Amino acid sequence: MATLSPFLSKTPLSNTPTISFSSSISTPLKWKSITSFSPSGSSSSRSRRRIFIVQSKIREIFMPALSSTMTEGKIVSWIKSEGDVLSKGESVVVVESDKADMDVETFYDGILAAIVVPEGESAPVGAAIGILAETEAEVAQAKAKAASAGAAAPASHPVASTPVPAVSPPERKKVAESAPSGPRKTVATPYAKKLLKQHKVDINSVVGTGPFGRITPEDVEKAAGIAPSKSVAPSAAPAASPKPAPAAAPAAPLLPGSNVVPFTTMQAAVSKNMIESLSVPTFRVGYPIITDALDALYEKVKPKGVTMTALLAKAAAMALVQHPVVNASCKDGKSFTYNANINIAVAVAINGGLITPVLQDADKLDLYLLSQKWKELVEKARSKQLQPHEYNSGTFTLSNLGMFGVDRFDAILPPGQGAIMAVGASKPIVVADADGFFSVKSKMLVNVTADHRIIYGADLAAFLQTFSKIVENPESLTL
Amino acid sequence: MHCSAAFSQAATSATAVPTISGSRHVGALHSSSSSSSCTLLIPSKPINLRFCGLRREAFGFSPSAFTRCSNSQRVRLPSRRRFKGSNVSASLGDNGIPKSFDYDLIIIGAGVGGHGAALHAVEKGLKTAIIEGDVVGGTCVNRGCVPSKALLAVSGRMRELQSEHHMKALGLQVHAAGYDRQGVADHANNLATKIRNNLTNSMKALGVDILTGVGTILGPQKVKFGTDNIVTAKDIIIATGSVPFVPKGIEVDGKTVITSDHALKLEFVPDWIAIVGSGYIGLEFSDVYTALGSEVTFIEALDQLMPGFDPEIGKLAQRVLINPRKIDYHTGVFATKITPAKDGKPVTIELIDAKTKEPKDTLEVDAALIATGRAPFTNGLGLENINVVTQRGFVPVDERMRVIDANGNLVPHLYCIGDANGKMMLAHAASAQGISVVEQVTGRDHVLNHLSIPAACFTHPEISMVGLTEPQAREKAEKEGFEVSVVKTSFKANTKALAENEGEGLAKLIYRPDNGEILGVHIFGLHAADLIHEASNAIALGTRIQDIKFAVHAHPTLSEVLDELFKAAKVNF
Repeated sequence: MATLSPFLSKTPLSNTPTISFSSSISTPLKWKSITSFSPSGSSSSRSRRRIFIVQSKIREIFMPALSSTMTEGKIVSWIKSEGDVLSKGESVVVVESDKADMDVETFYDGILAAIVVPEGESAPVGAAIGILAETEAEVAQAKAKAASAGAAAPASHPVASTPVPAVSPPERKKVAESAPSGPRKTVATPYAKKLLKQHKVDINSVVGTGPFGRITPEDVEKAAGIAPSKSVAPSAAPAASPKPAPAAAPAAPLLPGSNVVPFTTMQAAVSKNMIESLSVPTFRVGYPIITDALDALYEKVKPKGVTMTALLAKAAAMALVQHPVVNASCKDGKSFTYNANINIAVAVAINGGLITPVLQDADKLDLYLLSQKWKELVEKARSKQLQPHEYNSGTFTLSNLGMFGVDRFDAILPPGQGAIMAVGASKPIVVADADGFFSVKSKMLVNVTADHRIIYGADLAAFLQTFSKIVENPESLTL
Repeated sequence: MHCSAAFSQAATSATAVPTISGSRHVGALHSSSSSSSCTLLIPSKPINLRFCGLRREAFGFSPSAFTRCSNSQRVRLPSRRRFKGSNVSASLGDNGIPKSFDYDLIIIGAGVGGHGAALHAVEKGLKTAIIEGDVVGGTCVNRGCVPSKALLAVSGRMRELQSEHHMKALGLQVHAAGYDRQGVADHANNLATKIRNNLTNSMKALGVDILTGVGTILGPQKVKFGTDNIVTAKDIIIATGSVPFVPKGIEVDGKTVITSDHALKLEFVPDWIAIVGSGYIGLEFSDVYTALGSEVTFIEALDQLMPGFDPEIGKLAQRVLINPRKIDYHTGVFATKITPAKDGKPVTIELIDAKTKEPKDTLEVDAALIATGRAPFTNGLGLENINVVTQRGFVPVDERMRVIDANGNLVPHLYCIGDANGKMMLAHAASAQGISVVEQVTGRDHVLNHLSIPAACFTHPEISMVGLTEPQAREKAEKEGFEVSVVKTSFKANTKALAENEGEGLAKLIYRPDNGEILGVHIFGLHAADLIHEASNAIALGTRIQDIKFAVHAHPTLSEVLDELFKAAKVNF
């Protein structure tokens, strides 16, 4: 039961604007617009959690994001003291960001009830640094709030702003302890140290994989559970079922010398999707296809930049036109969702992960355009520049391991799709035709996994028959 | 040779004194003579006259005599020229009898300082030779400012291309910016070669003799070059420059433990490099290495990074150039022992506390760059032959770059400029000192105002400065009893900077509110190195704020940052 398949789909990354090696996902905003203490906008979700703030008109003063690269700010000085009456537009505090000292103004009238973060100390962007009460009467209440905020701030904040994923740190610590630490001291590179601080990762919990066992930035990012140099957008993730955790948890005692490497974001997403696929009743149908004609065509069009992937995607798309149910999906367990477009996702292994760039409208594009498009997508995937719609809009997936000599395999259905096709290698075999003549033909085995809630055996068989006809008479592909 | 021609012209026209000088002086003098008043400008002009190597004592007047009034001199001068007319390239001996020299001026060392002096000497009509034991261009051109600018040009672009939010803000899309190390190294090397050729050609074209070989002073006015060539000159300028300074205990192997000499060849880009010293050289290299993907650890003996910069500028620079980059640092520590990588071990650096001398830490890195400053290159110069003792290798000089011997007396006809005297170890300072010396030996007293010499660090963005830092200015004000004011402007308010999406930066003016004198200007921001000259020229020329604030700047340009600075300054009259 080999199970390599493409399963990076929508959820984990869908709300990131791009998948790329950016240090920040925040769009550069004009700082003025952020310097408000308003509990609205980006911080609204937080204030909603603390409902009473809104009710009592006690507002938190947040550490503003003064620049797009700022993750935390230091309070240079409080211009106002506790108890001072503030009016809208007045400067209240001077904040030192990674770049400059800036005066921060209040957008509300009120009384500075409490200073949560004193001068000289730092707070992450979005954390409460002070409390603004609207009236005298609320000052006491605000102070009480400040006391709790002060205590809770370090714990509550990462959830909201800087993405420190909830990868269980105690577990990792245990690993580090059990691994022979040796006499060498822990060496971390300058950037690794910065990341340790930024993601609040304990240096002792990180296993160094760099030269001379030093801790590299990648090690820290792995330990922090984030993709290399990229912020995670956590808001879509909570949808994940809580079950995977216990499933993964029954940790067998580590063998001495073994090495625990946490998942990257991409790997975590694959893992999640794999677990999710268990809730879908799938079945598999295989089909042998003679590829001599296809191979001949491929030789002809190869000089024009056409790839085998494009040929297969095109063939699958053309077959799907005739069998729309195989291109459908079951979203709620109660209905068919027929997709208007035929978007063929193709699994690509990239460094440390797997991604499925999508050839959109593969049935409508001609072979050459499709090949060109594919080339672009692969380049983008390699450089991690794929836009979300370029990897999560697939309606049918193609996974090809033929180039490794694999003759057949079986793919796991990615969430949100009805079927996935696993393509093995084309190999010469001796066949006997209807007249009893022997000949040597190239044969490839394809194996489709489908969601039986919507796609039944006959549907899939019919689809495969159509697919096989197209491949065995591939002239139509070039039309 | 020029001289006689000039003289004959002068002889035929007694009023046309200025014609004995270069043509560019002619116009200037004409304008002043037509006004026929003794303006302040006049004194500086006649002293540009070419004296063909005549010692100024022979004339019996000091430059200050010029300043009285130029009328008398207009009458007298032609007669002097006539008197000396036939004497072409020689000089007068100490006893007043003409003594023949091979050259009017010999410069030892063909770096930027020597080159600047040579060019000016030719302009002044001196027969000039320059001795070079290595390659023309010296440190700056071959192993310093020039190739490093090539690397920094690359690093600046890399940094920009890699900065996704910067690109996005401009609406640009760049995928996977990368670089080819050898290509970058070639760019630096090609630039050095090109500038070296330009330098060589400019001297050849002007008739400067380039004598190849190591120069040694044999005695007064006598120099040996190569193995046994001896030449004499009326005046000699030492301009032998400096070499990277490597503290004791540090083993430089040129591969993993390197100096700027090696680093500029960019033979490899380590994953992690320690830079010992956070001055200009260290900072510039940190800019290069981090842009090319290295991580950097600074090791600084003083308590803060970037000593020597105005503290406010240093603080901002640290926030922009250090903190957000892949750089960490150890301050207040000495690197007592640095061992190159060998036998599968990384480079190890032993650190001790700079004050307590207690061992503090041991670092393991992939490479170490020693940027702890530069040491004068004065060994083998034959200074003992003229009774000169160096101080930590530096040749002692007075404010006119005249060499001082062991007894505290001036050595006649011997000058030392540039890194070798240690006054201000900057290429353009050496050149300015050389020009100052040529002015002196051609009869015009000249003292270079070092406070008007700008300095720049070519990081991204750049840092530049001229004059005093704020603490220095305050100290001076305390002593001399005047007030100091400071104004600042931000690049964030500058249209051009914002158009470039490079609003990060600060310009700072330190001045006297009582008379408008500019004491210092410090700039951190886009093209700061190019912007500083408005301020340095103002200091050099003595322009006051109340005057310069009316000068017009094109809009929108970065120069408006300084315009605003001058306009923001409040001068009390």
